[in-house]
Amino acid sequence: MAVVIRVSDVSKEFKLHHDKSLKERIINLRRTETIEPFWALKHVGFELEQSHTLGLIGANGSGKSTLLKLIGGILTPTHGYVERRGRIAALLELGAGFHSDLTGRENVFMNASILGLTRKQTEAYFDAIVDFSGIEQFIDNQVKYYSSGMYVRLAFAVAVHVEPEILLVDEVLAVGDEPFQRKCMEKIKGFQREGRTIIFVTHGLDTVRQLCDRVIMLEKGEVLVDGKPTEALRAFRERYAPEVDADEEGDIRGTRQIEIVEMRFTDGDGQPKERFEPGDRLGFDVVLDPHEPIDDPVVGVAIYNHLDTLMYGTNTMLRNVDLGRVDHRKRVRFDFGQVPMVEGQYFVTVAVHNRDETVQYHWLERQLSFKVFSPTAEPGVIHFETTIEVADA
Amino acid sequence: MRPPTRGALLTSIASDDALVRVNAPQTFWRGFVPAVRDVWAFRELLLNLVRKELKVRYKNSVLGFAWSLARPMFLLAIYYIVFDKILKAGIPHFAFYLFSGLLAWDLFGSTLSAATLSIVGNAGLISKVYFPREILPLAAVGAGLFNFALQLLVLLASLLAFRYDFFGPNLLLLVPALITLVVFMTAWSLFLAAANVYLRDVQHLLEVFLLFWFWMNPIVYPIQFVLKHKETFAGIKITTIYFLNPMVDVIVNFQRAVYKHLYVKGQTTLYTGTYGSYLARLGGVFVVSVVMLWLAQRFFARAQGNFAQEL
Repeated sequence: MAVVIRVSDVSKEFKLHHDKSLKERIINLRRTETIEPFWALKHVGFELEQSHTLGLIGANGSGKSTLLKLIGGILTPTHGYVERRGRIAALLELGAGFHSDLTGRENVFMNASILGLTRKQTEAYFDAIVDFSGIEQFIDNQVKYYSSGMYVRLAFAVAVHVEPEILLVDEVLAVGDEPFQRKCMEKIKGFQREGRTIIFVTHGLDTVRQLCDRVIMLEKGEVLVDGKPTEALRAFRERYAPEVDADEEGDIRGTRQIEIVEMRFTDGDGQPKERFEPGDRLGFDVVLDPHEPIDDPVVGVAIYNHLDTLMYGTNTMLRNVDLGRVDHRKRVRFDFGQVPMVEGQYFVTVAVHNRDETVQYHWLERQLSFKVFSPTAEPGVIHFETTIEVADA
Repeated sequence: MRPPTRGALLTSIASDDALVRVNAPQTFWRGFVPAVRDVWAFRELLLNLVRKELKVRYKNSVLGFAWSLARPMFLLAIYYIVFDKILKAGIPHFAFYLFSGLLAWDLFGSTLSAATLSIVGNAGLISKVYFPREILPLAAVGAGLFNFALQLLVLLASLLAFRYDFFGPNLLLLVPALITLVVFMTAWSLFLAAANVYLRDVQHLLEVFLLFWFWMNPIVYPIQFVLKHKETFAGIKITTIYFLNPMVDVIVNFQRAVYKHLYVKGQTTLYTGTYGSYLARLGGVFVVSVVMLWLAQRFFARAQGNFAQEL
């Protein structure tokens, strides 16, 4: 396959605190020389072949958006150069160039011409664009009366109908309601089937796993990993895991008549363990300390993924386990059996409450997490023990 | 200065000739023609931007577009009442004289003001989408030209209404005068738009300078007021210095095109050359303007690489 984008040893310097007026410049005459150069990108180089989908990941300020802008031609590199082939559409911001006083129809033509379409071409696509956006009845209203959802839908619809050979996307897929997001995803997948080249900048690691066949991870302007999505995503998690070990926004509440004094993940036999592979045995230990005797408390555990989707929840009542009267420390040991989830970080909410949950004794929301690492690439959310056989038929 | 190097490049770079370099650096001498080609490729956007400018201006107003006509109409009416009826200026049909010069100046001044803000005012677009940046100041020129056309229409209509005799070969001067003015102000527009990105003082400076520049042109007063001065400044005749201003030539051409009273009571109001001498002066300005346009575009091309990060 032919190379469509080549980034050759690109570095980009930003000068911070640039003074914009004559007065400021004179006042700051002496200080201007002390401005530290800031290298947003340092010696980045890669080439991308046609019909590949590349994901750019990295923490905030790692230079991914800058790289995208350099490829899009919006910024010029300080050193090195970018080469590319074919018509490009950059979705760096949906609706850039939308004017609030113009109607949806006028903005479609405006936006399409920004992306390089002629009036004739836009007219040919117009119905498809409006149809895709799903806002036919408002198309002749000024966009200032649009809801933000309608606004981005129209903008996205224009952008994807430009039929670019190279598509640059910066965090714009998370727009609209779920059906619309699905539609966007399908459009992107359609692009992939048609052999178009796509570069994503995203924080949504799921998007990366679903769509990309190559991932570059940047850190402080340098390429840290360049390879398969699984490798890069793992590197990303390992790198930034400490930051999300416990959720600071997670709530701790309760009457504390019973307190959870100890909790940890185990291998199912009581040995502490924090990293699992799919299929490993997963256990969880909780130690309760009652400040006064309590009858029939219920201990519950809920496991969430990083998107805050409840993966699984259970409690002692649902499993028909009766704790009876608790008047001294007790250890409750959960054994979940095999880990049925794919790679990722999972957060746990643990709670002790009475049987009808009217009294919460101690509620620890997302205070603990464990990680799962898949040895092979596993798109999706759940883990199957898959074996494949091939035989003559 | 080179950024600190750490390790070797992660990907080896093979050679492939068919790739096009993005924002390739251009030498000073080349690059004007490709830039023109680029703008031409995006002519649709240019048209849309001009259309937007005009639409947005009168959006949500009942009379809408009619206001574009109403403003010059009222202006002309006021000039007529104030200068021809109340003040009784010595120049016959002073309103027409004033308006013919003002027409050119208004196009120049308002376009420059709009163009200077065009890049800074569209920061959102510049930092998010690629298109030839020249489009933005050019759209300001386009919108200016549209308003100019309307004003010209009003002027011609009122000339007809007042049965003022303006037909003749003189009208043809409008064409070279307008072309020269467009080239001249496009050069300034490109230069100022780019300069304002780096130094926001430009927009304020321009405001003040335009005020001064206005009075350096024979718009409100007849040019003969200046021509009769015989003083010198640093050994150079004041009139020579006065004519260094290219706008003088443009404006006298506009006046000569529609205003016919060359002599009033034995005194001249307009520049009293033949059409040939008018055109010769204009030709000089045109050549200078073309060179300026080229220089301005080269300056613009140099500056635009950093627009997105300066905004």
